[in-house]
Amino acid sequence: MSGHDWPLWEVFVRAKGGLSHRHVGSVHAPDKEMALHHARDTYTRRLEGVSLWVVKSDDIIASDPDQAGPTFAPAEDKIYRHPTFYEIPDEVKHI
Amino acid sequence: MPSLPTISPEEEAKAKAKDGTSVGSFDAPTAGSRDEATIAYYLMLGDDALILGQRLSEWCGHAPTIEVDLSLANMGLDLIGQATHLLGGAAGAMGEGRDADALAFHRDVLDFRNCLMVEQPNDDFARTMARQFLYSTWHHMLLGRLAGSKDGHLAAIAAKGVKEVAYHRELASDWVVRLGDGTEESARRMAEGLDWMWRFVPELFHVDEDLQKVIDAGIAVDPREFEAEYREAIAAVLAEAKLTVPDDQRPILGGRHGHHSEHLGHLLAVMQFLPRAYPDAKW
Repeated sequence: MSGHDWPLWEVFVRAKGGLSHRHVGSVHAPDKEMALHHARDTYTRRLEGVSLWVVKSDDIIASDPDQAGPTFAPAEDKIYRHPTFYEIPDEVKHI
Repeated sequence: MPSLPTISPEEEAKAKAKDGTSVGSFDAPTAGSRDEATIAYYLMLGDDALILGQRLSEWCGHAPTIEVDLSLANMGLDLIGQATHLLGGAAGAMGEGRDADALAFHRDVLDFRNCLMVEQPNDDFARTMARQFLYSTWHHMLLGRLAGSKDGHLAAIAAKGVKEVAYHRELASDWVVRLGDGTEESARRMAEGLDWMWRFVPELFHVDEDLQKVIDAGIAVDPREFEAEYREAIAAVLAEAKLTVPDDQRPILGGRHGHHSEHLGHLLAVMQFLPRAYPDAKW
C-alpha cells in the first residue's frame, strides 16, 4: 500500500483560543475521520494546538499563478487601503 | 512553504502537564509502603504498557505510510510513558535503589508479568491493529475505573493515562472498521488478525489469588465487572466492520505468572541489549 493511493488533505491548526486556524501542512488519509487522526498525530504532538481543521486539497480553489498580474498588481499602489494611519495600542495583540 | 505554529514554550507545556493530572511525588511508593500483591499489580500493568509500547515502536520506519508511522510511534510513546510511572512505582516500593530502568532492562523473561496478547508479534498491520483494538478497549475500561483506586499514586497514573488510551481505542477501532469493511484482502487479513489475538482475551479478565487480594483492598479493578460491557463494545465495532466475532477458543493464560510465549524472549533480547552490553551508557 502506498500513501499516494489516499487523497491529500490540508491541515489547519488553531494554536490557542482567539487565534485563527493556520495552515500547517498536509496529510494523506483514506477519509475525513482518518485525516483528522493523521493531522492530530502529525501536527499536534507538541501541544501546538487546541483545534484542528482538515480540508480535502481538491476542494480548495486556488488562484491561477499565470493571472497573478491582473489579480494582485492593481493593489500595489493603493497605499491608502492600508490602516497604517492609526496608532495601535501595545495591548492589542494578533492584529 | 507553510510553517508550523510556534511550539508552546516549555513553561506552558509544563503548566498544562500540571493541570491536576500529573503524577507527582505525592504518595509515590517508597520501600515497604506497598504489599507484594500491590507491587505485582503495578508490575502487571507496567509490563503490559512496556511490552506493547516496544512492539509498536518496532513499526517505526516500516508503517504503510508516514502518517501511520507517526500514529503508531505516538501510541508506543504514550505506553512507554505509562510504563515508566508504573514500573517506577513498583521499583520505589521494592526499594534497594531500584528504578524503572532496572525493572525494564535487568529482569529476565520469567519475571515479566505482562499478558500474552501484548507480546504477540506485529505480523502485518491488520494483526497489529487487532491487538491494539482488543487491548486498548480493555485498557480504556480499566483505567477509567482505576482512577478511583485507593492507591493514590495508581489513581493519578490512571487518570492521566485514560485520556491517552481513549485515543488509542478510537484509532484502533477506526482502523478495524476500515480494514474490515475495505477490500477483500484487507477484510481477510483483519479477520485473520482477530482470530490470532482472540484466544488471548480471556487472560485479560482472569482473576488469580494475588489480583483478588488487591481487588478486595480497593486498589485494583475487578476486570470481570466490565467483561460484558467489553464484549458488547467489541461486537459493536466488529458489526460496523462487517466482521463476525471470532469463536471462543481454548483460553491461554500464564503471562501474569511469567509463563510467556517464545516471542517475549526475542523482544527482550532487542530491547535489553544496549543497557546490558553497555551498563554505563548514558542517554
